[in-house]
Amino acid sequence: MADQNESIPAQEEAAAKDPAAQKNAQLLALLHRLFGEDAFTDVEEPYGLLTATTTRERIHDIVAGLQQDQELQLNFLTTMCGMHFPEREGQELGMVYHLHSLTQNIRLRLKIFFPIADPVVPTLTDLYSTANWMEREAFDFYGIIFPGHPNLIRILNVEDMDYHPMRKEYALEDGTREDKTDLFFGR
Amino acid sequence: MAVNDTLEGTHKIIEEAREQQARINPLAPTVNDFNQELTTLNLGPTHPATHGIFQNILQMDGERIVSGVPTIGYIHRAFEKIAERRPFYQITPLTDRMNYCSSPINNMGWHMTVEKLLGVEVPKRAQYMRVILMELARISDHLICNGILGVDTGAFTGFLYLMDEREKIYEIYEEVSGARLTTNMGRVGGMERDFTPVALQKLRAWLKSFPAVMTEFEKMFNRNRIFMDRVVDVGAISAERALNYGFTGPNLRAAGVDYDVRVMNPYSSYQDFEFEIPVGTKGDTYDRFMVRNEEIWQSLRIINQALENLPEGPYHADAPHYYLPPKQAVYKNMEALIYHFKIVMGEIDAPVGEVYHSVEGGNGELGFYLVSDGGRTPYRLHFRRPCFIYYQAYTEMVVGQTLSDAIVTLSSMNVIAGELDA
Repeated sequence: MADQNESIPAQEEAAAKDPAAQKNAQLLALLHRLFGEDAFTDVEEPYGLLTATTTRERIHDIVAGLQQDQELQLNFLTTMCGMHFPEREGQELGMVYHLHSLTQNIRLRLKIFFPIADPVVPTLTDLYSTANWMEREAFDFYGIIFPGHPNLIRILNVEDMDYHPMRKEYALEDGTREDKTDLFFGR
Repeated sequence: MAVNDTLEGTHKIIEEAREQQARINPLAPTVNDFNQELTTLNLGPTHPATHGIFQNILQMDGERIVSGVPTIGYIHRAFEKIAERRPFYQITPLTDRMNYCSSPINNMGWHMTVEKLLGVEVPKRAQYMRVILMELARISDHLICNGILGVDTGAFTGFLYLMDEREKIYEIYEEVSGARLTTNMGRVGGMERDFTPVALQKLRAWLKSFPAVMTEFEKMFNRNRIFMDRVVDVGAISAERALNYGFTGPNLRAAGVDYDVRVMNPYSSYQDFEFEIPVGTKGDTYDRFMVRNEEIWQSLRIINQALENLPEGPYHADAPHYYLPPKQAVYKNMEALIYHFKIVMGEIDAPVGEVYHSVEGGNGELGFYLVSDGGRTPYRLHFRRPCFIYYQAYTEMVVGQTLSDAIVTLSSMNVIAGELDA
C-alpha cells in the first residue's frame, strides 16, 4: 500500500534520473550568490524541480533579479497560483511562482506564505505583463491583494461575489449533510 | 513596493482596491482627436466571429479600435475547485473540457502528471500510442483553427474540406476510446485498451488520404492574394512582448521563438522521433497560420514514425494499485476484485508531494501543478492554461487595427473558451 513514506524514495529516484540535477545545483548557487542564503528556506527538489520558499518582502526583488540575470536567464513566468493551508497558523495563504529559463531549460518554483488576515503581496505586473490576469485569478480565488496592480478585479467569477471560493472553508458539498458520511469515501 | 504588515493597513488596501474597482473606466477616452464621439461596440459574449463565449468591449473610432476591455469567465466551471474533491481518475473528464478541440492531449498530460507523482513507468507501447493520439489531436486542433481562419476571411471551402478530415480523426478517437469530442482517453498507467484492428486500419487509411487534402488546402490559401491581404501584418506581436506575455505554442513560435515542450522537456518518448519546429518571423496572423500548417505536417511525420515503430508489449503499466483491472478479471479473480474495490472506493492513497508537469498542448504549454497531501484527491490542482495566459495580449495586439482585423487576429490566436475559463 502506498503510504506516505513511499513518497520520499520516489522523489529521490525521480531527482536522480533527471539530468537537471546539476543545473539545479547551479541555479541554487546563483540564487544564494545574488540574494544571500538567508533569503531562502525549505529548499527542496521534488521530482527534479528546484523549489524554495522565500518571503513576500523579497519576492519582487528576486523575480526581478532573476529576470535581469544574464547567466541563467530565468525570464519566463510560466505560471503563478494561490494556495490555502488553513491549519498553518500565520502562514495560511501562499503564492507559488513557476519561473523558466528558455535558454538553459531550468525551472524554478518559488513559494511565499503569509497570514490570511493580511493577504497582501507585491505585484509582478511591472515585470511581466502576463502576471496581470494570473494575479487577478489569485485575487478572485483566494482574495490575495496585489497593491500596484493596474486593474485588480475578479476575472472568472461574477463581480458581485462576496467571498473567495477556492479557500478551503468553502467545501464543495453542503457540510451539514448528515445522510452521507465520508467514512468510506475518504476526505 | 512596501508591504503592509498591519491588519489595518490591509483593510485600507482592500478598501482602496474596491474603490478603484468602482471608479474604473477602462473605456476612456470617449472622443477622438477631432472631438468626435467614439462608438462603444460590444463584440460578444455571443458573437459568431468570436468562436466562443467571451466579450470584448471595444471603443471604436470609425473602423479603428482605440481601446478594448476583454471580459472572460462566461463558462467558468471551477475545475480547480471541483478537482479538490475528486480522485485522480475522475479528474480526466474535467481536462477534456478545457481545450475541447484537442482533448486527448489534456487527458494524456493529466495522466502523465499523476504518473510522475506516483512514480509509475509507462511501457513503451503505451507511450507510442499516446504520441499517436496526441499528434492526431494536435492536427485536429490546428485544422479547426486554420479552417475557421479561412471562414473569417471569407473562404468557406477550405473549412469544409478540413472538417471532413477532422471527422475522420474523430472516428479514430471513437475506435480508440468510444468518444469523439470529450474523449476521456487513456488511464493513469497507460491506455485503457489496445488499438483495435479497425482503429489501426482507419488510422492507416487516414494517413494515406489526408496529405492530399492538406496540400490542396495549402494551395488554396498559402499564396492566395485575397487571403494574404487580410492576414499579413495583422495582429503582429514581437518575440519580446510575446515572451513577456507568457505566450507558448504556435503563437510564440510564429513570433520566432522555437520553444516547444516536446523538444525542451521530452515526455512520452518524444525524443525517439524526428521532427522539426517551424518558426515564423513577425508573429502576425499569417505567420501563425503558416506555423500551424507546418506543424500539421510535422505531426504527420511523428505519427508515421510512431506507427511504423510501434513496439509490441503491454499497453499499460503493471501498477495494480492505480490501474483498474479488466472487468472480466474482476468477476473471476480475487486480487482483481480487491484492487478494483480499493481503487474505486478510494482506499489507495497517493504519495505526498508536489509536481509540475507540462505538455505541448494545441495552443502551447499546458501545465498541471499538482499538490498532494497523501489523500486520494489533489490538495491543490492548478492548470496552466495557455489560452488564459496569452489572451490577455489580445487588446494590445488589436489596438490601432480595424474591426475585421481584430476578428482574424482572434481567430488565428485559437482562443478556446473552455480552456480560457476552465
